[in-house]
Amino acid sequence: MHLLVCGGTGCRASASDAIVGKLQKELDEKNLQDEVQVVMTGCFGFCEKGPIVKVLPDNTFYVQVTPDNAKEIIEEHVIKGRKVEHLLYKDPTTKKEISDSKHMGFYKKQLRIALRNCGVINPENIDEAIARDAYSALAKVLGEMTPEQAIQEMIDSGLRGRGGGGFPTGLKWKIALSNKADQKYVVCNADEGDPGAFMDRSILEGDPHSVIEAMAINGYCIGATKGLVYIRAEYPLAIERLKTAIKQAREYGLLGKNILGTGFDFDIELRYGAGAFVCGEETALIHSMEGERGEPTFKPPFPAESGYLGKPTNVNNVETYANIPVIYLKGANWFNKIGTDKSKGTKVFALAGKINNVGLIEVPMGTTLREVIYEIGGGIKDGKKFKAVQTGGPSGGCLTEKHLDTPIDYDNLIASGSMMGSGGMIVMDEDDCMVSIARFYLEFTVEESCGKCSPCRIGNKRLHEQLDVICKGKGTKDDLEKLKNLSLVIKDTSLCGLGQTSPNPVLSTLDNFYHEYIEHVHDKKCRAGVCKDLMKYLIDNEHCVGCTACARVCPVGAIAGERKGPHTIDQTICIKCGACMEKCKFNAISVQ
Amino acid sequence: MVQVKSLADLQNLKASLQNKLELREKGEKADSLVQIKVAMATCGIASGAKKIMEYFMNELEKRSIGAVVTQTGCMGYCYAEPTVEVKLPNQEPVVFGYVDLKKVDEIIEKYIKNGELVNGIIPVNYETIDDNNK
Amino acid sequence: MEFVNLIIDNKPVKVEKGTSILKAAHSVGIDIPTLCYMSLGDMNIENKPGGCRICVVEVEGRKNLAPACCTDAHTDMVIKTNTMRVLNSRRTVLELILSDHPADCLICAKSGNCELQSMAHKLGVRKIHYKGEMSTYKEDFSPTIIRDMDKCIMCRRCEMMCNKVQTVGALWGINRGFQSVVSPAFEMDLEKSTCTYCGQCVAVCPTGALTEVDHTNQVIGALADPKKTVVVQTAPAVRAALGEEFGMKPGTLVTGKLTAALRRLGFDYVFDTDFAADLTIMEEGTELLGRLGRHLAGDKTVKLPMLTSCCPGWVNFFEKQFPELKDIPSTARSPQQMFGAIAKTYFADQIKVERKDMMVISVMPCLAKKWECQRDEFATDGSPDVDFSISTRELANLIKGANIDFNSLPDEEFDNPMGESTGAGVIFGTTGGVIEAAVRTAYELQTKKKLEKVDFEELRGFEGVREATIDFDGLPIRIGIAHGLGNARKLLEDIKAGKSNFHAIEIMACPGGCIGGGGQPLHHGDSSILKARQMALYEEDKNKPIRKSHENPFIVKLYKEFLGKPMSEKAHHLLHTHYFDKKNEFIIE
Repeated sequence: MHLLVCGGTGCRASASDAIVGKLQKELDEKNLQDEVQVVMTGCFGFCEKGPIVKVLPDNTFYVQVTPDNAKEIIEEHVIKGRKVEHLLYKDPTTKKEISDSKHMGFYKKQLRIALRNCGVINPENIDEAIARDAYSALAKVLGEMTPEQAIQEMIDSGLRGRGGGGFPTGLKWKIALSNKADQKYVVCNADEGDPGAFMDRSILEGDPHSVIEAMAINGYCIGATKGLVYIRAEYPLAIERLKTAIKQAREYGLLGKNILGTGFDFDIELRYGAGAFVCGEETALIHSMEGERGEPTFKPPFPAESGYLGKPTNVNNVETYANIPVIYLKGANWFNKIGTDKSKGTKVFALAGKINNVGLIEVPMGTTLREVIYEIGGGIKDGKKFKAVQTGGPSGGCLTEKHLDTPIDYDNLIASGSMMGSGGMIVMDEDDCMVSIARFYLEFTVEESCGKCSPCRIGNKRLHEQLDVICKGKGTKDDLEKLKNLSLVIKDTSLCGLGQTSPNPVLSTLDNFYHEYIEHVHDKKCRAGVCKDLMKYLIDNEHCVGCTACARVCPVGAIAGERKGPHTIDQTICIKCGACMEKCKFNAISVQ
Repeated sequence: MVQVKSLADLQNLKASLQNKLELREKGEKADSLVQIKVAMATCGIASGAKKIMEYFMNELEKRSIGAVVTQTGCMGYCYAEPTVEVKLPNQEPVVFGYVDLKKVDEIIEKYIKNGELVNGIIPVNYETIDDNNK
Repeated sequence: MEFVNLIIDNKPVKVEKGTSILKAAHSVGIDIPTLCYMSLGDMNIENKPGGCRICVVEVEGRKNLAPACCTDAHTDMVIKTNTMRVLNSRRTVLELILSDHPADCLICAKSGNCELQSMAHKLGVRKIHYKGEMSTYKEDFSPTIIRDMDKCIMCRRCEMMCNKVQTVGALWGINRGFQSVVSPAFEMDLEKSTCTYCGQCVAVCPTGALTEVDHTNQVIGALADPKKTVVVQTAPAVRAALGEEFGMKPGTLVTGKLTAALRRLGFDYVFDTDFAADLTIMEEGTELLGRLGRHLAGDKTVKLPMLTSCCPGWVNFFEKQFPELKDIPSTARSPQQMFGAIAKTYFADQIKVERKDMMVISVMPCLAKKWECQRDEFATDGSPDVDFSISTRELANLIKGANIDFNSLPDEEFDNPMGESTGAGVIFGTTGGVIEAAVRTAYELQTKKKLEKVDFEELRGFEGVREATIDFDGLPIRIGIAHGLGNARKLLEDIKAGKSNFHAIEIMACPGGCIGGGGQPLHHGDSSILKARQMALYEEDKNKPIRKSHENPFIVKLYKEFLGKPMSEKAHHLLHTHYFDKKNEFIIE
């Protein structure tokens, strides 16, 4: 028998160490240490109800366990085989205790469709992929469906582009099919560029065949025989795995001429991107592949009409592709039952920021932010208070407490002032300054703007400068009005999706955290203590004993004072590094 | 190399591959075969997964334990890399996180040899498409 | 033809399908401001990157504003071009552009002729609300073009001209974001790039980012030096455009006023490059007939087609990009250089002035001429045949600076002997003109018959590539014409592939020929101006008493007294040149 005690950061904070100690002590006392092992585990993700103790092999799941419960668990459950009812998880709707974790809702919060093979198969062995159904969907489509039927299935599934925009995939294919040309192209967009996002990389590294298979299906549907993967050169492992997978698929005859004897030809080549964020925009991506400067052009024409080398081209994101084989195998009707009314299926998110379980998750559309953060992500680090969550990367917005129960889907996120984006999700806590966060995202956009259109090239730069002025305590209330006008104009006039969304972090923080802006410009204060220029280190005369430790550690010589006499900090010299405060043993230095 | 020339070919290939897996799981040697998967995506490798994988292979051989060690993609637990999944014959797979060389020793000695769980298990908290189908 | 019906500012509009909102609005008298957009419709040149975002308009039902220049009009569109939202956005965007532009208008070379300045005036910008860091780049001085990219607004017109029209590939958008700029690769100096100095980038630049190297001070210095005899020559295309700088309508011929102005500026001898053009025809025409004769006699080594060589931008182009074809162009020097060579020898002797005391200045519609006159092969002992070349625009500045009221000047004649020219020399300034002039002379020299009709309409026009077959009394001569280096490239590729069956090809680097040269008054995207200049040259040709180069009495005299005959040894020495392989001269530091 095993007793698993959650050792995630959240539970640790609530004394899971002590629980382990107590359990061990009880077992020792009863001389059961050889029969029962107490094991500390990683986070269950269900930190809201932590600390958690799980008993194996019967899967009993105890929640909110305290060290004092240890004795009860050993005596009742281990020795007498009776479950400790009051520690069981109660289903919030039925109010009934659930003992087996497999029946608990939280266990079903994640559903892995796109990630179905990631971490399961050896990505460099096509046999393992085939054993897990790879290429069966391609065989089914080629053998049983016309392109029109296959596209209809895709439309019926309700799948929308996972790269950010959420355009219905089937419709995109239908447009490309309807445009006649001697050559058409299928392009996989693997130019993942959101800060902190790595969904696409993980899929390509973990299950490259799903993408290859889906591209071939896409090719068959629109009448393309050539596929291109535009992938960041900074993803060497993904490139290697993809190359291996393509090679193996060719050797099996699953790429190349006359695939599965159906007369359908399709092959894939790689194109490398230099990691420019804007090249995730499909027209910029196509220009980059053509050897031109990676900058977007005005749509229409859409790539489905005139794309790579002027030919009809379908550009789809990696995660979109990874969903596709399953849709054909299980049917559109299986897929469209998952998710919400207008957003079907699941979405992969890369959880990052001040969250315990940084990592890759996949949840059905309609899952709430609260569920993602607290029941999967394990809650906020170090037990701090949640402040905001940023979705959609630099194009998205910061959502707050009041948005936590919003079901995640394309339309809800946009309505809340953010967007789905490609799936980056960054959690912020009380130590994050929202003005600085907005400034951080603008710094990214300024760096990644292609420079083609003036509002994005110059406007974002000015937005960033304006935010910097505010962070430095030199802003005025008028600046906030200017920020807003400039943001709206940039959104309204920019050429591509980058500029049309880059002011979102500013607008959403102005909307949701206006008080923080006001504090910065009016009170000259940064509540999170992030904006150094608004901070003041002060020495309290009463506590200072004149040990001179602070004066010695100050790198700029801003601290003066006699030995054994009170010290003072010259604010004009101080660079706010905080070294003095760290050094002071008498808690005489505080920050305001 | 096999060429998959038709739909039937693919189905046969798939069936034979699945059978092989089944055989491996349920065959005579099932008792002695341990399956170990090391998450070797960029995040895993960056955290030292390669060394872990090599160590597993060497140590299992040295300690004469019949096992298959393979690489796999990201399991999603990036906060706990390197991660390793160990599947003892006829048992549910178990994922261990924050694996270092010391932990490998512990896993081999305690879990693989004696079925005793050790600290650092990552609880699985997702459904697969197969579960969902049911 | 399919039409669409839409509403712009409450006016119903009907336009052909595929028309942009900008043009649709224009058709009903609504003038949407544009900045990066530029169209030379007659030459099929259009720049619409959708980059500046000044032309944005509101389209009902659309989430964001639409750029009028690159959004097609569709049926049932309801468009507003002047709502508060549009006006605020437009002005904010312009303020942004101005916030990254040096405000040194007072001393900027483009002041008064700057499209950005006009736009600020038009939109009534009085304050820039968003100030901040400005993007700065090193200034780049080439022998002809100065790049001050601090003033670049990323309209990309120069890039479009350099790549799409000229296929020179010297200028590209480089860097990202705020540091984006149009530049030679790796920010190398223009001089070290593939640049041909055609100057088309300068001709379309809306701001002071691209300007020519100003040689007016050197000219004033020469004129002020009492020891120097200063001779000036003026190219044919100048007389058809200079008037524009003084408020005259495009296409006004100002030959007489131009001569008078040059004389008032203090030039000792005011001559005409057209004279040298006639001389070029004698040499080039004779060379062509020589090659033709050998070809017809079965000589397989003879190089045909023969390419004209009077355009220095074009010479730079093939030396840098097609050096393997360098023995195909005629070896005849350009009229500018023939002029200089004759002026500093024959003419200097006549007036008994030593070479070192004579200065030859040229007024050209061209920026590449500034570089051509600096080439080593056109100098004797370090003394150049032509000392300085100034553009039409620089001449206008000189005239204005010398307090000359150009409009009230009387018409005057050129000096002799090098001021006398024929109609053939005049049309050198337009695409098709050089080859027409050559045909007029070659025909008579070859057939020994008098040409009844000297106007070859089949060689005229604005098509980028034209071809015609001229009947030389039973001998069909196949002629090709290309203007704009991109069009030239097409013909060169054919020659390289052995697919060309022309006998002679005329190539001019600039769209329209010299009338559209990089040194001409700025057309600001109005191609009707180029057409008017072309018409003016044909008009002058028509009114000339002599219209064939070999009938120019001073040319006849020059050969008799000095050169002997065309292609003589002396002519070879003074009037011909050779070309270099410059393919690997681009230096990336």
